[in-house]
Amino acid sequence: MIGLQHYLTLSAMLFVLSIAGIVINRRNLILLLMCIELMLLAVNFNFIAFSRHLGDETGQVFVFFILTVAAAEAAIGLAILVVLFRNRRSINVQELNTMKG
Amino acid sequence: MLFQAILFYIFSVVLIGAALGVVFSRNPVHAVMFLVLTFFQSAMLWLLAEVEFLAIVLVLVYVGAVMVLFLFVVMMLDINVEAIQRGLTRYAPLSIVVALLMAVELVQLIWLRSGTDIGSGTFAVNPEGYSNTKALGAVLYTEHVYAFEIAAVILLLAIVAAITLTMRKRPGLKVQNISAQVAVRAEDRLRVVKMDAEKKQ
Repeated sequence: MIGLQHYLTLSAMLFVLSIAGIVINRRNLILLLMCIELMLLAVNFNFIAFSRHLGDETGQVFVFFILTVAAAEAAIGLAILVVLFRNRRSINVQELNTMKG
Repeated sequence: MLFQAILFYIFSVVLIGAALGVVFSRNPVHAVMFLVLTFFQSAMLWLLAEVEFLAIVLVLVYVGAVMVLFLFVVMMLDINVEAIQRGLTRYAPLSIVVALLMAVELVQLIWLRSGTDIGSGTFAVNPEGYSNTKALGAVLYTEHVYAFEIAAVILLLAIVAAITLTMRKRPGLKVQNISAQVAVRAEDRLRVVKMDAEKKQ
């Protein structure tokens, strides 16, 4: 019987994979944005699994808001990316070290 | 039930495979296509969990809008040079070890408590005639209506931010000055001259 724990396991695997993706890909800023999207998806999986487990729709409302904020974040992030590429002719993360962070 | 379990495992395997494709593919366009597949499989899994409204929203909004936006940007930027020199960083082995450790611990944590307070682990059974969209709307527009309005403002903010960030002022562009046009008055431009009627010579 497929239930809460299967969905939680899946979301954990997705989350860990996206964390690994963020650390591994240091060449391309777009890949980092995509990994953040994947991470938010894993969070949404958790919310949905618990919402269905408890029989309470509030978790699904949260997923709705996370989707909204993630869409806004993607739009602004990609806009920043376009401006960055226009100024530097590169989106390589390792070259973006002007701030010496 | 068995059929649902089979579907769940098929969708999960495709989902994890597509996520691996996002992380490890060398070409950014391929990565975006894998991401589309990931989101689509997630929507299928949400449908399987009887969360129909959000599943459709995920397909329409995410695959239809956000992923197309990603695809636009990837294809607009000329980053083929970057794609060739993409590779793993020196942190890759350590990060893979850390990720595997985290995965093992999380999965163990989830399955350790099976049969106790996380419960039987089954999903709640929806009553006859239950509509997910209706139930979600009933909560969203009553209890969470302020959060809903804030979400609208956040979307407006995203529009404004994206436009202001990417808009370029080009010199020599001929544009109308709308406020000056609207503010103009007849007496500034038109002068009525009083004079006698002239006789034809």
